[in-house]
Amino acid sequence: MPRPEIQAPPEIFYNEAEARKYTTSSRIIEIQAKISERALELLALPNDGVPRLLLDIGCGSGLSGETLSENGHHWIGYDISQSMLDVALEREAEGDLLLADMGQGLGLRPGVIDGAISISAVQWLCYADKSSHEPRMRLKAFFGSLYRCLARGARAVLQLYAENINQSEMIMSYAMRAGFAGGVVVDWPHSSKARKAYLVLTCGPPSMQTSLPKGRGEDGEMCSDDDESGDDESQTVGIYDRNRPRKKLKVNKKGKGREWVLKKKEQMRRKGHDIPPDTKYTARKRKARF
Amino acid sequence: MRLLTHNMLSCNIKGVSNGFPLRLEAEKWVEKEVELNADFLRGIFPKIEWKALAGAARALGYNELPDEADASMLDADDFLRRFHHALLELHVEEGALVCPETGRRFPINKGIPNMLLHEDEV
Ligand SMILES: C[S@@+](CC[C@H](N)C(=O)[O-])C[C@H]1O[C@@H](n2cnc3c(N)ncnc32)[C@H](O)[C@@H]1O
Repeated sequence: MPRPEIQAPPEIFYNEAEARKYTTSSRIIEIQAKISERALELLALPNDGVPRLLLDIGCGSGLSGETLSENGHHWIGYDISQSMLDVALEREAEGDLLLADMGQGLGLRPGVIDGAISISAVQWLCYADKSSHEPRMRLKAFFGSLYRCLARGARAVLQLYAENINQSEMIMSYAMRAGFAGGVVVDWPHSSKARKAYLVLTCGPPSMQTSLPKGRGEDGEMCSDDDESGDDESQTVGIYDRNRPRKKLKVNKKGKGREWVLKKKEQMRRKGHDIPPDTKYTARKRKARF
Repeated sequence: MRLLTHNMLSCNIKGVSNGFPLRLEAEKWVEKEVELNADFLRGIFPKIEWKALAGAARALGYNELPDEADASMLDADDFLRRFHHALLELHVEEGALVCPETGRRFPINKGIPNMLLHEDEV
């Protein structure tokens, strides 16, 4: 399936049918909740149990915001799709919802917000959906307003699906220009499906706090099967770019190992694929001359 | 929309220099009880524009906030209760937010303000 971003503008793509489909898929609910929990962790709010005022940018039907509420925080959600917000109302999202376009700026007073998350949304800014749209201007307006509304030292964690390296560099460069410090944390970099990139941005001068945490699975540790196996549904949420430059996919020095290959072969057999039998040659290391 | 959010929003139409506070025209609002958290109230207090909060509360028929407030008042339970009620328990369902400079109306439907700008306002 082509990326949603090239099919239609977000307020059209996320129509009533899509909003419902999105929010009734238990698989999507689970994936979005996991990403949101990770984003909240990367926000690194003080561990004092005090509720904060947060933003959920591209909040959709409230799946990501639910994680914020469960952790006791107040939030303001921005979304451009009325249908997604309608589902959020049905689901009794606890945050306040705004029908708004992040590419027009957030329209908040300076320094009042304690942190912001955005889950699977910011890549939409890279597409010009109207003749008046200039992605660079929209990124500038978005990051500029995000920087201004955050309290000094506050963070924004944006999980997004960039289509290619140029896009992620463009997004990052506008974040830096707005004044943010930070970088990208990649979880499960070795898995094409579970791979998730988070822009972790800090508002204000660099400090001890700005050092980036490590991504999960960076050392070649594998994520659980559950994260990795995907079905067609996950395509609606995640866009997994097969053309990502291969060099980005760092492979663990030792490779994936015989055990992993055997497990995968078994999985494929169970799915009814015709898989060659396991022999002593399966996943055998090749000589260096290859 | 709660008054917490109203207190943070500022009109960002191009060329507007003072878009705060957005005037609240409320046609319908509801009360929803939530648990009071004194730590949250103390943390958010310095960020609240008090006059705007008191004014918005009055627009919803709640006249129990003082015209002015300072941090020392946060020690009084009675003050905390009123602050909490105005900030988090009143929800505007229908009405509009009006830009103080241009008079542009942002309608509120089903509790959701429509803050989308027209092309010539960006
Ligand atoms: C994949 S959904 C994610 C929704 C939610 N964060 C979640 O985790 O379930 C992406 C959302 O971004 C919203 N979106 C896209 N472009 C936007 C924009 N310019 N301003 C605000 N929201 C936007 C879409 O309407 C959609 O609801």
